[in-house]
Formats: sequence, C-alpha cells, structure tokens
Amino acid sequence: MAKKVAFLQGNEAAAQGALYAGCKFFAGYPITPSTEVAEVMSVELPKIGGKFIQMEDEIGAMAALLGGALTGAKALTSTSGPGLSLKQELIGYGCIAEIPCVIYNVMRGGPSTGMPTGPSQSDIMAAKWGTHGDHPAICLVPASVQEVYEETIRAFNLAEKYRTPVMIMPDEIVAHMRERIVFPEPGEIEVIDRTTPSVPPEQYKPYDTSFGDVPPLAAFGSGYKFHVTGLNKLPDGFPTTKAEYVQAEEERQVRKVEGNAADIMKWEEYLCEDAEIIVVAFGSTSRSARFAVDQARKQGIKAGLFRPITFWPFPEARLLELSKQVKAFISPEMNLGMCAGVIKGCIEGNAPILGIFRVDGEPINPDQIIDKMKEVK
Amino acid sequence: MSRYELRFSGAGGQGLITAGIIMAKAASIYEGRQAVQSQSYGPEARGGASKSEVIISDTIIDYPKVTKCDALLAMTQEACTKYSEDLKEGGVLLYDSDLVTKLPEGNFKRVGFNIINTAKNDVGREIVANIVALGAMVALTGQVSRENAEKAVLSSVPEAFIELNKKAFNMGFERALEASK
Repeated sequence: MAKKVAFLQGNEAAAQGALYAGCKFFAGYPITPSTEVAEVMSVELPKIGGKFIQMEDEIGAMAALLGGALTGAKALTSTSGPGLSLKQELIGYGCIAEIPCVIYNVMRGGPSTGMPTGPSQSDIMAAKWGTHGDHPAICLVPASVQEVYEETIRAFNLAEKYRTPVMIMPDEIVAHMRERIVFPEPGEIEVIDRTTPSVPPEQYKPYDTSFGDVPPLAAFGSGYKFHVTGLNKLPDGFPTTKAEYVQAEEERQVRKVEGNAADIMKWEEYLCEDAEIIVVAFGSTSRSARFAVDQARKQGIKAGLFRPITFWPFPEARLLELSKQVKAFISPEMNLGMCAGVIKGCIEGNAPILGIFRVDGEPINPDQIIDKMKEVK
Repeated sequence: MSRYELRFSGAGGQGLITAGIIMAKAASIYEGRQAVQSQSYGPEARGGASKSEVIISDTIIDYPKVTKCDALLAMTQEACTKYSEDLKEGGVLLYDSDLVTKLPEGNFKRVGFNIINTAKNDVGREIVANIVALGAMVALTGQVSRENAEKAVLSSVPEAFIELNKKAFNMGFERALEASK
C-alpha cells in the first residue's frame, strides 16, 4: 500500500512527529512563530485521550510540562525566543530532577521580543547555557519538514532514554516552510519509552545509580511515591549538601549525555572527502550552503558541506579531523557568530573560519556563500 | 535546469500565502514533482507587505527561497515595486491592473487584468481574489496542469465554498489567457 503523504508546514510536522512518538501531554503558551504546534496538538490530543493545556505564561507551561512528564506521559511544549528565556529556570529543574520532556523552540530574531516573524539561529547557545549551572544539553536542528518530523520523534526517544529535557530548534524558515512529507507506518521508526522501576514501591529510589547512569523513573499515580526537588539530592530524592553525593550526581547527570555523545550526535557530510573548503551549516542555512556547494563544484572549487543535525553535543572530534585537510571553514549563520565560536573551540587553530553573520531577518543566500569561498586563499 | 521560482506578493490579508500553498501542493501532491513553499510577512494581521514563495523542481530543492524570480504576482503597487527587481529575463509579471499602474522596466512579459474586481463583480466575492490570481498564475507559468491545480484548490477550501472557488480559479485562468494575447 502506498504510504500516506501530505503537504505540511514544519510546525505541523513537529506535532505529527510528537504524536507518532506517543506524546500524550502538551503544555504551552502561544507565541509566533511556533503557535501551529500548539494548534495541532490542541485538536489532536483530546482525540487520543491526551491532555492539552494552555497555561498563563511560558513559565507555567514549563512547570506543567515537568509535572505532566512525571505522571508518565511523554510531554511536549513549543515556544520561541522570549518564551525560551522564560522557561530556562525550569529547564534546569528538569535537568537536575531528571525529567524527560521535549522543548520545541522556533528560532526567531532576538534578543527579547526582537523580530517575531523573522528567522534566526541565535538560540543555539541558550540551548546549552540558557539555564545556569552544569547540566546535560541535547539540541537537535532539523533542516526540512520531513526531518522536523523524524527529529521530533528522536527528541522524544533521547529524552526517554537519557531521562532529561531535550530541545529541538528549527529556525523560523524551516518551521514555516511547507514541503511534502511521507509518513512512516506505525513501528517503522523506533519509539523508545523510559525505563520504569523493576522493584516494588517500598524499595524504589528515583536516583538509584545501581541501575546505571540513567535510573528508572516511576510514574506518579502508579503507586510509587518519591520526592522531587531542584536541590542537589540523595538517591531517594531528598535534598543533600553532602559533598560526595553532590559531586558524583552532577558528574553523572552530565555524563549521561557526554558519555553517550556517539549515540546522540548526528550529522551529514556532503562532498567533504576531498573538500578544501567546508561550509559548516545547519537548519535552513544548510540548504543555502548545499546549493552553494553544488554551484561552487561546477566552478572548480572543491567545496563541501558539514551539517550538524544534533547541535549539542557538538561533533567536535570529527571537525578536528576535517580541520587537518581544509584550507578554511565557512560558517554562515543567522546570528553574530555563535557556531563559528563553537567550531573555533574544537579545531585547535588548524584552519581559519570565515563567517557570514546575518541578523536582519533575511536568509543567507547561496551567492553570499560562494562569494565567501572565493575569499579563501 | 528545471528549478522554477514563483513569488506571490501583495498586502497581508489578501490570501497570497494560501495561493502559494495551493500552487505548491498542486505541484508536489498532484503532479508528483518537488515543491517548497515559504513565506515572509510582517507582524500586522492586515496590510503590510506579504509574500509567499514557491519553488518547483524535478530534483531535490535545497535553497527554499527565490534566487531569480521566474514568475511574479503583484497585487499592490508597493509589492510590485519592491519585489520585481530580481525578475528574470524572459520571466512573467502578473499584476492587478487597477492597483498597479507603474510597471517595472525589463525584458519580461507583463500581463495585467483587474484581478480584485473580477473576483468582486464577476465571481461575486472579493475574498476569492487570491484564487482568481492563482488561476491566472497557473495559466501563465504552465508548471502544473489546469486539472491538478483545480484539484489542489478544491481540496484546500471548505465544502460550502467549492463552487465559488472553482469559478474563481477558472475565471482567473481564462482572463490571464485573454490578457496575454
């Protein structure tokens, strides 16, 4: 039988992907350019016994998300720029309390209210450092409508597998763009559910590391009772300031992600094998870059594209390797050089990084990238 | 190269994003070609410059925006002035002849008729001016067949308005052919 197809917007695809992954709870507050996710979830969730709630603001929405996730539901929120800022304290709470959930953030112009309808890629550092303190960070940056769908499913899988908040961040162009999407059959894409306790309620400890770096998580309402706090905690969930616990727990929380980076990282290399110039680009900018690379190859320029699909953890080791073969990297991005800074941090000075930084609400076009390639000596 | 770039431009509230979506849907779902639709708009609910861009191709589409415009629809003078600069040589400009009076210079085809008034007086509802314009764009660009475009229109509008939109689409198609003679 032919697969189901549709002509969908990125945001609509995100909602459909969440439903495929088994999302049963959405809490949010509408904000351009992410509102379509909430619209679709508000229509679809009640049909499958799920819950949709529009909270009084983004802080309340993030709090509801964590609460919903603790009842065992796969939980999603969607937001943009200012909403992400408001959610940050509770994102940190989700990290330390180890609550799986997915935060879908559409990148629009910032800071503050910025340019609500304009595209941007300037939230990528907020995805890692927006909430204070050491904590794990997973951030996915899809580049097409099909990929928004599939990466939203993967965001849920990673959240469940590593018991942590996961961010997925399309830029406004990808979020509002419409393309044909082919829906997978049920079971075609793997769906991961969190590990639940194998011990009876009286023996259960929510942070019992004898089960490994990702302790099983019981659902509230299933007979298991436990304490949840934003304070550093003991295996039973109650607060502690004992040095040996605090150090070990903070390290474990970060290690869950950094130690499994190979499982979480995902990127695409296009014509990089013999490339002398590699464009590092993600989201909609990677589409301009691929167009530019194809044009450049026709003109005899040995160009390639390196496209992170997972932005955090960043593919540092692979870029270090590639830095030994290239004359230069080009970093086109809709911000003032955030990704260039990250690349710089991992290539040990092996190659120059030429930036194209655009924050005027217009996309980076392929000609700009080709012109920059011609500056490489 | 098969890449074909269309831009639907005018003021916010004229339904141009919808027209672009239907064009892209006709190409992608009903013709089995590749298509991407994107949009850019201001914070206003009505008014302000608005554009919807559609790329149609037989191969995978990377850059989702217009690089050199093959076909431009301009529903206001402001949009025509602002968005006609990158119109390709040999391309086509469709404009509302009541609203666009200053036409850009250039080696491209210009086709104008009173799109909004056709919707208002001949079809019967001004609200379907975008579908009149879409019918005309389908006729002028030849990127999707008339039948497939009509299917895409009818699958995108509420049941009660099917006849109205069918009439609007076909009237736009015919008017464009007459005007380009």
